[in-house]
Formats: sequence, structure tokens, C-alpha cells
Amino acid sequence: MTHDNAFPFLTVLVLLPAGAALVTALVPDGIDERLRRLAVHVLGLGASLATLALAVTVAARYRAGNGGFRLVTDHIWAPQLGISWHLGVDGISLFLVLMAAVLFPLVMLVGGWSGDKAATAWLLLLEAACLGSFVALDLILFFLFFELTLVPVYFLINGWGFANRSYAAIKFFLYTFLGSAFLLVGIVAVAFIHEHQTGHLTFDLVALSSTRLGTASQVILFLAFTVAFAVKAPVFPFHTWSPDAYAEAPTGGAVVLAAVMAKMGTYGIIRFDLTLFPRAVVDLAPLLLTLGVVGILYGAIVACATRDLKRLVAYSSLAHLGFVVLGTFALTTQGVTGGVVQMVNHGLIIAVLFIVIGWIYERRGTWSTSGLRGLQRPAPVLAGVFTVAMMAALGLPGLNGFVGEFLVLLGTFLTHRWWAVVATFGVVLAALYLLWAYQQAFHSEPDEQTAAVPDLTWRQGALVLPLVLIIVFLGIYPKPVLDRITPSVQRLVEHVDQATGTHEPAVARGTTVSHTTKGSRILVTAQHDTVGP
Amino acid sequence: MTELFAAAGHLAIPRISYLSIMPVLILLGGGVGLLGISALWPRQLPPSAGTAVGVLVAAAALVASLVQWVDVSNHGPHVAIAGAVVQDGFSVLISMLVSISVLLALFVSDTWLKRERVGGPELQVLMLVSASGAVIMGEANDLIVVFLGLEIMSIALYVLAAFNARRQESGEAGLKYFVLGSFSSAVFVYGIALVYGATGTSNLPQIADYLARNVLLHQGLLLAGVALLLVGFAFKVAAVPFHLWTPDVYQGAPTPVTGFMAAIAKAGGFAALLRVFVSSFGLLRSDWQPAVWLVAVLTLVLGSVVALVQRDVKRMLAYSSINHAGFVLLGLQAATARGVEAAAYYLFTYSFMVVGSFAVITLVAGPGDAAHDLENYRGLSRRSPWLALSLTVLLLSQAGVPFTTGFLAKLEVVSAAVGAGSDALAVIAMVSAAIAAFFYLRVVFTMYSGAPATAGAHVDGGGGMPAELPRPSGALLLAADVSVAQAPTAVSVLGEQGTGQPIPSGAVVAISLCVAVTVLFGVWPAPLTSFAHLARLIIQ
Repeated sequence: MTHDNAFPFLTVLVLLPAGAALVTALVPDGIDERLRRLAVHVLGLGASLATLALAVTVAARYRAGNGGFRLVTDHIWAPQLGISWHLGVDGISLFLVLMAAVLFPLVMLVGGWSGDKAATAWLLLLEAACLGSFVALDLILFFLFFELTLVPVYFLINGWGFANRSYAAIKFFLYTFLGSAFLLVGIVAVAFIHEHQTGHLTFDLVALSSTRLGTASQVILFLAFTVAFAVKAPVFPFHTWSPDAYAEAPTGGAVVLAAVMAKMGTYGIIRFDLTLFPRAVVDLAPLLLTLGVVGILYGAIVACATRDLKRLVAYSSLAHLGFVVLGTFALTTQGVTGGVVQMVNHGLIIAVLFIVIGWIYERRGTWSTSGLRGLQRPAPVLAGVFTVAMMAALGLPGLNGFVGEFLVLLGTFLTHRWWAVVATFGVVLAALYLLWAYQQAFHSEPDEQTAAVPDLTWRQGALVLPLVLIIVFLGIYPKPVLDRITPSVQRLVEHVDQATGTHEPAVARGTTVSHTTKGSRILVTAQHDTVGP
Repeated sequence: MTELFAAAGHLAIPRISYLSIMPVLILLGGGVGLLGISALWPRQLPPSAGTAVGVLVAAAALVASLVQWVDVSNHGPHVAIAGAVVQDGFSVLISMLVSISVLLALFVSDTWLKRERVGGPELQVLMLVSASGAVIMGEANDLIVVFLGLEIMSIALYVLAAFNARRQESGEAGLKYFVLGSFSSAVFVYGIALVYGATGTSNLPQIADYLARNVLLHQGLLLAGVALLLVGFAFKVAAVPFHLWTPDVYQGAPTPVTGFMAAIAKAGGFAALLRVFVSSFGLLRSDWQPAVWLVAVLTLVLGSVVALVQRDVKRMLAYSSINHAGFVLLGLQAATARGVEAAAYYLFTYSFMVVGSFAVITLVAGPGDAAHDLENYRGLSRRSPWLALSLTVLLLSQAGVPFTTGFLAKLEVVSAAVGAGSDALAVIAMVSAAIAAFFYLRVVFTMYSGAPATAGAHVDGGGGMPAELPRPSGALLLAADVSVAQAPTAVSVLGEQGTGQPIPSGAVVAISLCVAVTVLFGVWPAPLTSFAHLARLIIQ
């Protein structure tokens, strides 16, 4: 919590895309269409790339230290209401910010909407809201950004989606808005209890974390918060909007929804639930762990049964987010770290999957695995990209998906053995449905139509290349990421332990298992590096 | 009031503090003066003249409210004129709100008058008079004075609703409003009578004082009186189940009048409701809070759910205004200082949203004030991007989207409810906001989707659409550029007006102001929230 920087990086990070959205919206319609499209294109791509550069700068300046918040900005915003413009980044949010900043420029380019004024403006606004919700340290500010995401997404799905888009957009909007209703009331209630205790009305997370809450009120408030986050993530059984929304959304919209916005839910659980309601988190952990495991298995089983590639990915996403929930409520350093890593990895992987599936649809006009066959022959590069992402999704060691899932399972096994055991079946099922789908869509002899399918263009290849490289890099060398995440997670887990009088097993910190497995060795190295300063 | 006639034999003249009733005097005097001018003027007074006078009067009333504000800040809240009126932060805020609303509504109705060629300054006169009634309700310190304000406001509104003599719906709306409105007034007066019977006074502080000093063994009479007062108020603010007039009246009344009515009838009604219940019947709160809780829940849920199925935008906004009334009721149900402040903030910001929204609807409706179907909004963003954007902002704010005043207003009332322990009510309110958001978004999405519904407008728009409407888009764009170049303050609204003329500057002023307030104080909330937090009742 040091104001270690004069330049307000995070404020600019949030306001830059928001400002660009405004400027884009103000591009006059009267001018020549080509000129307008060019201007919009430059604005959209320029702003999102500048935001990426800023996010990279933030990451470069980030020093893990004791895992506290960095680059903190804190200004009073609405004094009567106790709202402050309080932004900060720690290991938990840093890579989510980075991931979002990496994905948005790509989304600008893949949607088939580059140059479209409205779409670009909505996307920039959405980027601002997503980044804002990851760095907000004031509960109302977080809620503002959290809610603000709904409007652009509604318009993006409704305006550029597929056949059933209206239904999907409305379903998405109503589900998430309903969830937030509980969140807002919960936030206000926490702040009032705090005001009652200290005489000071504030929505600041750091201040509120010292609020003394009884077990009963913790449980109620935890449920109010978690419903909103669970809908957003989505966590089973609040997921029913997501397959529709993902399937009907345009490619870019599906990427943002699944890769970035889903993480706002799980991030909310880690950031707010664990900080504010440790007692309830510990007490209700079995419930949430069960929901996570059910999500893993349910998502995997439905994915096995579906013959629609886009829905398959949507359900696989439910399974992958189940792992995040599992790791989070394991309440061990390894588990939560694994959850955070899994969030980032899942975002990258699912972005590639949705983008490639979008390209397949462009070429063949279908997502049905029965309608596709032998794509590998005419489009080897496309098949190769899909393979990498798929292998990462099913947790092949050496690709990034493995790191998160492994840490989650390890961390869960230490405290909640049987949940981890059951969840492991999810990994097996993931291999099953992904390879099945791959076999059907890519293997065997192509029919006439498929044989004429063009491979990826250079431009398309260049678009996914960075993502593929990151996927491989993080699989081989996750240390820089783990080094920065672990101290913040440890701090959080210690906070929970302290507040509840529980102790995570020493082994969960990776100090005693250094010789057993590859995964824990990764952690140990991370540990050694961070203990020093 | 009782002091007024205290001295037996001859009428005691109380000391009149003119400042305390200055906004009322200005509005009422201005209205009557305008009527006099128009009667003496040799020819028919042009609408612009009426608007100009009306705007000056409203601005003067606003200045007078500001002077009151300074007075209250310097000398604290106080009662005046033998305890008949009160001057406190709350009353001043309501005066300002009403003055601003009438100012904005005059700008909008100027456009409407010119388009519909309805002559005469009567519309402006009635608006000013009605506004004076709302101000009286805000500063009334006696049930009789509340009733006076209520009637002055309502009777003018009945006539306003029926103002467009050429439209049958308008007359129907006026009649319906009048019949049901007078019925509710009767109920209200009966409530006053019972409360007077139970407490021996109609003065608000004296009622509170009486209830504080005495323990009533038989509360029946008093509670019946309180219940009847609640019914009377609930009717005025369109709370369920006393809302049945609202959709028809909102739909039938001339559109600028609807916006005006939504803003000031709610402001006046809630101002008096809050003062009477929180100040006078504060000690009975355990009796009336459950009733208000129930009314609030019904209002919130019904307002949002029924709006979902409406195709007529005016009717939809009528139900949305019912939903908003439910939110303000959250502030009343809390029955705390925070609740009153939150309700005041809600009313203040809502009046900008609703007047602005109906201003856009007035323009979209076109000649004859007829095109109100959702289909008429299809493709509005192409025909008139500025109007579409303005309505989008105002509707999103009504939905409670972040970084608008609408969100902060909802946050305030929800905070008040949670602070008073009504968590369930707060959750229900937010759920209803989620449902309501859906139909606001549907309008917004319709505006931004599809081809400009020129064909649809021909079908739905009745006889109002001129024949030359469908033109090649190049010509449309050219015409737009030309008209923007000619009138820098006006924005072209092709297709709606049909003839390519710019949006009348009156409407531009009103809409810009509403949008600016909604966005500016949504992003930079401190000034308006601190202002609203000074809106305290003299006795809580």
C-alpha cells in the first residue's frame, strides 16, 4: 500500500480506452465512408495497443515484494457516499489485466467488425470496464465497472451475433443483472456494518477488510456476493445463460465473454469473498468445492454429448472454471495460485479456440462436428493452431493449461482430498471430448466442400501467433508468473487463516515437497525467490 | 393555521415572511400576469412570447429558491407565516427541482405548441400555476396547506392533460385523471379530518408534538386518518395499487405535459408525503412502515413487470415511472434522515431524466403527436443520431447504469433501505431494476438497429408523415450538413420532422441540459450528492 508512483498508471489504463470509446463515438457520420472506417480502425486498434503497452509497463514495474497492492491511486470521489477512486494491482490481478489487454486488440481484428464505429466504441468501453473491475479496490467502484460491462456486451451480442442473438443477449443481461442486485445490497450492507463499528462510511476494500462480522452475517453476505460472481463466471448451477450467450455471440464477443468477463466472477470471489468473509469462506468451502467439481464433471459430460463446436467450447469453459473454483476454495497457497494461473491460461486458450472456430465457421458455415470432416487436409495450419490450443485445454504438460490444473489439484488434494480425486476425472473427460471433436472435424477424408477450404491467411496466422507463443511459453516457463502471483496469494491465504484460526498445511506452501513432483518444484523456486526481500 | 384564527373576534394577521413564499408568489403571479397580458394583447400572443415570459418567471423562481437556500444556510431552517409554511433544506431543494422542471418543460412545450399550432399562452400559464402548487406542497407545514398545494397542482394538471383538444385521447386522459384525482383528493381530505379529530390540530409539528406527549389508548381514528392520507398520496405519486390512472393519462396527455407531470407531480406528492409521514407521524412508523413496505414492493414489481409487455413508448415510460416511485418509497420506508435525503436526490435526478426523455419522445412523435410505437424508433440512430444518443443516455440512467445519476440515485435509496434494516426490500428493488433495465435496453436497441423504418412509420405513423419523406441518403446527409451549418445550436432531425428542418432550439436546450446533468453528476457526483445531503427536514 505505498503510493510508489507519481504517474497514475492504472487511472490512465482505465481512462485511455474509455476516452477512445468516446472519441470513436464522436467520429462524424457525414464524412466519406472509407475515411470514417479508417479513422475508427486506427482509433480502436491504436487505443487498444496503447493500453496493451501501458499494461506491459505496469507489469514491468510491478515488484511482488510482500504481495501487497502496487501502483496505488486513491482519491475521494463522492465524499457523501464514501466512494473513492481507489485503484491498485497485485499479483492476483496483474496477469488478468495483462491478459485482457492482450486480447482486446485481437478482438478488434477478428470480429469482422473492424472499422465499424459502434462496435469499436462498445469494445473500447468494454475494455475500460474490464480493466477497471480488475484494478478497482473500492467496492462501489468495482461494482460500477462490473455492471458497466453489461451494456456493451448486450449491444455486441444483439448487434453482431448469430441467429438467436436477441434471446441470448437478453438472457445474458437479465441473469447477470439479477445476480448483481444481490451484490449491490451486500456491498452496501458491509459498508454500513463498518460504518456502525467505526463511524466512518467507506467502500474501500482495504478499510472494510477489518470489519468484524459475525458468522451468520458473513454467511448471508458471502452468499449475496457469491451469487453475483457465480452467475458471471459462471459456476454451476448458474451457468445456463452462458452456452447460449457464447454460441450466439460473434467470435470477438465470445472471446471477451469467456476469456475476460468470466474471470471477473472468479476474480471477485478471490478478491472480495476471501478478503471480507473468511469465516464464511471456510465454513462454506465444501459447498463451493462441490459446485466446482459438479461444474467440472457436468461441463465435461455435456461437452462430450454436444456436436456443436462452439457449444462444446462453452461447456468446456464451465469445466475449466470449475477448476478455478476448486482451487480457490481449497484455501491453500497452491490451490489459489493454481486458480489464478488457470484463469489467465483459460482466457488465452479459449480465445484461440473461439477465434479458430470462428474461422472454421467463416469457411464452412457450420459448427457442427458432423458437418465438418477432414479439415486437416486442406487447412493444416488451422488444424495445427487448433491442436495446440486443444492440447493446452486438456492439460498437456508443457503447455500452459497443465500448470494451473496441476496446482489446483495439488492444492486441493492437501486439504480436500476426495474433491480433488473426483475432479481428476474431469481432466480425463476433457481429453475425451476434445480429442473426439478433433477427430470428427479434422481427421478422415474431407468431402468436396471441405477440400476447397482455404488455410489460414498470413494475417490470420499473425493474429493467433502471439497467443500460441504465450501458451507454449507459459507451459514451459511459468516461473515469472508464479513468482508474482504467489506472494499476493500467500498474503490472502494468511489473512483467511488469521481471521478464522485455521492453518493451511505447511506442505501447501511447497516448502517440503521439493523432490516429489515437477509442479511443486516450480512452486519451490517461486518460494525461494520471494522469501528474500 | 390554528394560530391564524386564535384570537377570537377578529382575524389576527400573522407576520408574513415574503421570502419563504417567494417562489410560489413568483410562479403564481407570473402565471396570472401572463394570462392578463394575453387577454389585453390586441392579437393572439405568439407561443414564443408565452414561452419567453414563462421561462423568465421560472428562472426568477429558481433565483428566489437560491436566495432561500442562502437564507437557510445562514439562519437555519425555520417556520413562517404562523407556522403554515416551513423553510428548510428539503423544501428549498423541492422548490429548485420544480422551478428547473417547469423551465425545461416550457422549452419542450414551446416546440410542441409551434408544431401542433395550438395557440395561446394557456399551456404556459397552467404549467406555472401547477408548479406553484408543487412548491407549496414542498414547503407546507400544515395538512390544510398541503391540501391547498395538492389541489392547485392537480387541477392545473387535469386541464393540462386534456390540453390537446384535437386528440380524443387527450380529453379522455384529462377526464380520467380528473375523476380519479378528485376522488383521491376527497380521500385525502377525509384523512385530514380524521387526523384532526384524533390530534386536535392539522399543523405538522403540533401533530408530532401531540403524539410525543400523549399516549393514545384508542388509535383507531388516528390510524384510519394516516391510512387515508397514505392512499391520497399514493394516488398522486402513482404507487400501486393506486396507479391505475397512470398509463392512460401518461399516454393520452400531450407528450411535453407528460414529462412535466411525471416530474412535478411526483416531486410535489413525495415532498409532502415524506414530510408528513417522517416528521409528523414519525412516532407511528412501526404502524405505517409495513404498509409502505408492501406498497413499495407492489409498485416496484408491477411497474417493472408490466412495462415489459408495452409496445407504446409513452405507456412503457408510464410504468417505468411507477417503478421509479417504488424506489423513492424505499427512502420513505426507511423513515430516516438518510432516507429523506436519498429520496430527495432520487426525485431531483429523476426529474431531469424524465423531462429529457419525454422531450425526445415529443420530437420523435412527429406532427400530430402520434408516433409512439416502438417501431417508430427503429433506426432512429441513422435518422437523428443526436436524439438517439440523448435518449440512450437518459434511458440508461433510468435503468441505473453506472456513471449516470440514475445509478447513484438507486445506490442512495438502497443504502437508506439497508441502513434501516430493510435488506429484503433493497434486494427486491434491485431485482426490479434488473427487469426494468431490460425494457429500457429494448428501446435503445431498437433505435440502433434495423433500417430506418420509413415504411413502418408510414404504416404506424398515421397521417402525420409527409409524402416526401423517403429520400436518397445522400440527399439526407447533405440536408443535414446544410441545416447544421445554418443553425449551429440546432441539430437536424430528418425523417421525424419530415421537412428537414432542424430540431427547434428550445428542445435542444432542454435535452442537452438534461443529458449534461445526468452524465456530469454521474461521473462527478460530489456537488449534487452533497447538495442533496443538505435536504433535511426541519424535524426528523
